[in-house]
Amino acid sequence: MTSIGERLPRKEDPRLLRGLGRFCDDQDRAGQVWMRVVRSPIAHGRLVEVRKPGSAPGGSVVTARDLPPGLRIPVRLTVQGIDLTEYLQPVLAADEVRYVGEPVAVVLADDPYEAEDIAERVEVDIDELPVTVDTASGTKAAEFELGYGPVESAFAQAAHVVTVEFDVGRHSAVPLEPRALLADVDPATGALRIFGMTKVPVFNRDVLAGMLGVDENLIHVHAMDTGGGFGVRGEFYPEDFLVPWLARKLRRPVKWVEDRAEHLVAANHSRQQRHVASAAFDENGTLLGLKDDVLHDNGAYARTHGIIVPELTLAMLPGPYRVPAFHGRIQVMLTNKTPCGTYRAPGRFEGTSVREQLFDVAADRMGIDRVELRRRNLLTADELPHTRAMSTLGTDVVLDSGDYAGLLDKAMVEADRLGYRSQLESLRERGHSAGLGVAVFLEKSGLGPQETADVVVGTSGEVRVHSGGTSLGQGIETVLAQVTADALAVDPAVVTVVNGDTVLQPFGGGSWASRSTVVGGSAVHKAALAVRERAIQLASRMLEVSEDDLEVAAGTIRVKGAPGMSVSYAEVATACRPGSPHLRNDEPAGLSARRRFEVEHMTYPYGVHLALVDVDTGTGHVKVLRYLVAYDVGRAINPTLVEGQLLGGVAQGVGGALLEEFRYDDAGQPQAVTFMDYQLPTAAELPHIDILVAQDAPAPGNPLGVKGAGEGGVTAAGASIAGAIRDALGLTGPVGRLPMTAERVRGLIEEGT
Amino acid sequence: MKDIHLIALAVNGNEHEIVVESRRTLADVLRHDLGYTGTHVGCEHGICGACTVLLDGEPVRSCLVFGVQADGCEVRTVEGLADGEELSDLQKAFSRCHGLQCGFCTPGFLMLSEAYLSEQDTVPDEAEVREVLAANLCRCTGYQGIVEAVRQVAEERMG
Repeated sequence: MTSIGERLPRKEDPRLLRGLGRFCDDQDRAGQVWMRVVRSPIAHGRLVEVRKPGSAPGGSVVTARDLPPGLRIPVRLTVQGIDLTEYLQPVLAADEVRYVGEPVAVVLADDPYEAEDIAERVEVDIDELPVTVDTASGTKAAEFELGYGPVESAFAQAAHVVTVEFDVGRHSAVPLEPRALLADVDPATGALRIFGMTKVPVFNRDVLAGMLGVDENLIHVHAMDTGGGFGVRGEFYPEDFLVPWLARKLRRPVKWVEDRAEHLVAANHSRQQRHVASAAFDENGTLLGLKDDVLHDNGAYARTHGIIVPELTLAMLPGPYRVPAFHGRIQVMLTNKTPCGTYRAPGRFEGTSVREQLFDVAADRMGIDRVELRRRNLLTADELPHTRAMSTLGTDVVLDSGDYAGLLDKAMVEADRLGYRSQLESLRERGHSAGLGVAVFLEKSGLGPQETADVVVGTSGEVRVHSGGTSLGQGIETVLAQVTADALAVDPAVVTVVNGDTVLQPFGGGSWASRSTVVGGSAVHKAALAVRERAIQLASRMLEVSEDDLEVAAGTIRVKGAPGMSVSYAEVATACRPGSPHLRNDEPAGLSARRRFEVEHMTYPYGVHLALVDVDTGTGHVKVLRYLVAYDVGRAINPTLVEGQLLGGVAQGVGGALLEEFRYDDAGQPQAVTFMDYQLPTAAELPHIDILVAQDAPAPGNPLGVKGAGEGGVTAAGASIAGAIRDALGLTGPVGRLPMTAERVRGLIEEGT
Repeated sequence: MKDIHLIALAVNGNEHEIVVESRRTLADVLRHDLGYTGTHVGCEHGICGACTVLLDGEPVRSCLVFGVQADGCEVRTVEGLADGEELSDLQKAFSRCHGLQCGFCTPGFLMLSEAYLSEQDTVPDEAEVREVLAANLCRCTGYQGIVEAVRQVAEERMG
C-alpha cells in the first residue's frame, strides 16, 4: 500500500467546503471583551498625550503607561551576528511614533462596534517630526557583505561588463483572512489558552512567556484554520502580547479581529529594494563574476525576521549559476513606513528579478540567445553538490542535487509543445507588442534545525499525528497523513493530523520557509517507522513468532506466508495498554513514538518560469496570456498539492510584477489602505497556468527525498514578466522596476530605451 | 440609546427571530448572533466577496448589507449547500479540482458560483467564468481550480 505520490483528495476539504472550518473569529466566549487598536495617524512624531473620551468607561483605554516598561518584540532569527536591539518595535508607542498605523493605545469594550466607537474618539496628540520616505535617506540599521572569490580581478579581465539598476516595489502577502486572536484565561491559575496564533506557535508561546514572565507551560496555543499565511501572518506582533496580557490582567477572555484597513498598514510589508547589479563575462559569454549593491527599505522597525530578507537576497543571488566570484553588499535602511518581514520567496523574488534581467540585457548586448546564455552558465548535474563559501540562516550554502539545464530544456520543449513561441510569432505578425520572458531560479527549503513529531495509535486503530507544522492552506494535514500511512502501511483515511498544538507538540517549529513537508514530514516518517517497529515487536509476542517472520501490510502485522496469522494495529494498541499480558513492567504504555529530525543543510529545489505577455502600447496595460512553471520538487508526496502551491504562487507573483504596491506620499501617508488601492489579481487578470512538476533530483538530506514546494510559484514571476515586457517593447536596457503598472509601462514606451 | 429592531429571517430554511442594532451587518448577524460562521469576513468594504451569501436567491456581500435589511428574507449560506454529510455537486467539484487551499474565500466563491450557475442554460466559456469569478478574491489557488470546478459543474448540469 503506497500513499506517497498519490493525488489523494485533501482531508481539509470537507470541513472547509461545508463552512465547518474553525477560523479564529468563528469563536466567541461568554463574557469576552473586544479589543480595538488605536493607531498613529502620523508617520513620525513625538507622542505628547493619548486622551480617553470623557464618556468612555474607566480602564477602557490602555496606553504604554499602563504596560510593563520597556517591552519590545524580539527577532526570531539573528543572522550575521548583527544586534538590532535598538530598532525593535515596542508593544505600544511610548514617546515617539514612527509610521502610520503604529499602535499607540488599545480600547476595550463588550461589543466590537462599541470598541470601534470609543477608539474613534480617542484623541492622540503628536508633535510632528521630519518624515523619511526615501530609502536612501533613512537610518542605516545594518550593513553587511557576503561573497567569495576574486571579484575585482574577474571584472578587470572581463570582455563584457553589464550593469543594471533595478527597483522592487513594496508589496506583501495580504492573506484573505485578517489577523485575529482570542485569549481565554483560567481565572484561578492565570493559565492562558490562545487561539489564532498559527504559523510558529511554539516560538510565539516562548516569546509571550518571556514577556509575561511566566513558564511556557502556562500557555497553551491552539493553531486554528487560517486564511492564508505566506510569511506575514502568525509572526509575533504587538497585538500578540496585548491580547493575552489583557486577558490575564482582566481575568476575562479578550478577542481582537483586525480589519482590512488595519491589516494593510499593520502587518508586515516586504520586498522593497533598490539594486545595482553587475555581471562580468568573457568573450564566450561565460560568467566570471557577479556584484550587487543593495538598498533595503525595512520600514520603521526591525521586526521578528530581523535582517533575514537582506541576507537571503545576497546569499541566493547567484542562483543556479556557476559564479566563480561574487560580492554583495546590502544596507538595511529604516524609513517612516510600515515595518517589513518575509513574504513568500523572501529575497529570492527580488534577487531573481534582478539577476535574470541582468542576464537578458547581457545576452542582447553580447548577441547570444537569452536561453542559451543561461544554459551555458548553469551548474551541471556533475558539479553538484556545490558549496558556496557563504552561509545563510546560520547554515552553509550547499546546493545539494539537481539538473538545472535539464529542467530548462524540458521547460522549453513543453512551451514549444504548448505553442508558446508560435503564439508569440502569430501575435507579432498581427502587430501586437507581445513578448516572451524566460527566467531560471534556485529556491531553498527545509530550514532546520529540527522538527519533532508524535505518532499515536488508538485502540480503534485510528492513527493520530501531533506535528509541529501548521495548516496555512498548503494541505499539510493531507501530506503528513500520506507520509504516516506509507510508513505504517495503513489507509490514509485512518490517519488524523493535529498541527500546531503546543501542548500536544511542544517542540514544533511551525510552517514557514517551505519547511513543513521536508523537516516536519521527515520527523513524522521517523516516528511512524518507530511505531511500526514497536508494533512488530508486540505482534511477535502476541503471535509467538520471531519478528523476522513478520511483515506489515494493509494495516495488519502478519506472519509471512501464513494467511490468517495476523494482528491489527488496533489489537496491538490494545496490547500496549496497562494491564496487558504483552506489556512488560519496564515498558511505557501505549503504541506511540516521538521522534526528532534534524537537518544539517537546507535543500535547494529549482525551476523555470516562462511568461507570454501582450502589451497594449496605448494604455500600457500588460496582459499575461500564457504562463508556464517547471519545478523540480525532488519527490512529490501529493502532486496535486505541489501544483496548487505553484499555481497560487504565480498569481501572487503576477500581482507583485504588475499590480501590487504599497506607495506613500511625502508625508509618509500610505496610499494603499483598501482593496481599491491595493489591487490583488482576480481570475480575470490570470491566464490558465501550465505546470510541469519534475522529480529528477531527490533531496539527499532527508529520508523522503523531498524539497519544498511553497515558494517556487512566485520566485521567478517578477523576473519572467519583466523579461517578457522587455522583449515585447524591444528595450535594450532593463525594465528597471516592479511592479510594471500600466503607468510605468507607458513611461518605458515614451522613453523608448 | 441603541437603535434596535426585531427582525425575522430564514437561514437555510431555519426560522430565526432576533433583535439587532440597525447598524449591525448581516455578516455579523449570521456569524456572531446566529452561529453561521461559514460565511467569512475578509475586507468589510465589499471587494473580496468572502462574505457572499444568497439573499432571496441573489448573491450579496453580507458585510455591506445590514441585518435589518434582511428582515423577512430567505438567506442561504455555505452551511446550506451540503445535504447532511453529502457534499453538493459544486462542493465536490471544488475538492476534485483543488479549487481551495486555505478555504477562507471558499464559502464566498461557492455562493457566488451557485447563484451564477443557477442562471445559466448553456455552458459558459472560460473567459466568461473568469469575468464572473473576478467579483471575488482568492489569494491561494491562482483561481485555476475554481474556474475549472465551475466549468465542470456547468457541463454536468447543462450537459
